[in-house]
Amino acid sequence: MNNYHEIIQELGKAVWSPYLAGALIGMLAWLTFTISNKPIGASSAYATVAGLIGKIFAKKHTLNLKYYQENPPELSWELVFVLSVIGGSFISSYTGGEFEMRWVPRLWEEIHGSSLYGITGLVGGILMAFGARLAGGCTSGHGISGTLQLSLGSWVSLLCFFIGGIIGAQFLY
Amino acid sequence: MTLILGLLTGFVFGFLLQKGRVPKHDVIIKAFLLKDFTAAKIMATAGAVGAVGFYTFNNLGYIELQIKPAELGAIIFGGVLFGIGIVFYGYCPGTGVSAVGEGHKDALVGMLGMLIGGLFYVITFPFVQAIRKDYPDIGKETLPSITESSPLLWVVGFTLVISMIAFAARRKQRRVYE
Repeated sequence: MNNYHEIIQELGKAVWSPYLAGALIGMLAWLTFTISNKPIGASSAYATVAGLIGKIFAKKHTLNLKYYQENPPELSWELVFVLSVIGGSFISSYTGGEFEMRWVPRLWEEIHGSSLYGITGLVGGILMAFGARLAGGCTSGHGISGTLQLSLGSWVSLLCFFIGGIIGAQFLY
Repeated sequence: MTLILGLLTGFVFGFLLQKGRVPKHDVIIKAFLLKDFTAAKIMATAGAVGAVGFYTFNNLGYIELQIKPAELGAIIFGGVLFGIGIVFYGYCPGTGVSAVGEGHKDALVGMLGMLIGGLFYVITFPFVQAIRKDYPDIGKETLPSITESSPLLWVVGFTLVISMIAFAARRKQRRVYE
């Protein structure tokens, strides 16, 4: 079979076809439901880490917050998952020769220079974490795990991510 | 055991994101400028393959639906904020950590931002929940359940549409090469 050869060839490359990477991500998401009984998601881990840090400085106050009473800040599956993403990405990029240390994204530097990214990146992160918790998920939780279950809320979320992103991109780039 | 599974799943996910070229600032930004369809192709393929597997196992009784209620007010407001956040930062929560693994130190500022944003949500949580109640909640509905149709129809339809777009796009690309 021709396609079979194509896939094997593709696996040896530094960069894979988006269809191959996507198909494997889809399989991973479905296996994760089956094996870990969890949807793949990346955004809730940030609120958890904030809680873990809070526990160090003000344990009583942190644990009294209503959100943490419903979602205790502990070393959870979600948190370990997110931390481990760094390792997988490092191995993949390092072995593929794609690892690159840099402080400012190239596209940003070409248009805005190198000075402002620290602020916009920070603001972007704040908006994203708040927005994701409000909407109930991010590009992984809603965008992949939710859409594949055909969840109504996830499809609406994904549409809104794109609306926000397309409008934002028109102003910034 | 749960944590080991999380570790393995995260590792594979990070590996696949990197191979798919999405932990890159320009790929994400150009996705929203409608100039680079890498992220869209990955998400659509992942969705289609995932849906086929999920609903097969769901029918066999191995897995159950795990979805969030469709609270449209929170989803629309939060979703648009999230989208604006992505283009400010240039990564989403998953691709941001993945970008750190790829050596992109610029992704660290957004991770700090996400910690602050997460904490801000935690602090405002009681108020947010109070406001949330004033907006309609459709409940844990899926596209098939709300239209009272079979999931099979949606899964097959979704997969066919995505495959057709993918094949048409590949054909066009090959023609450009020749």
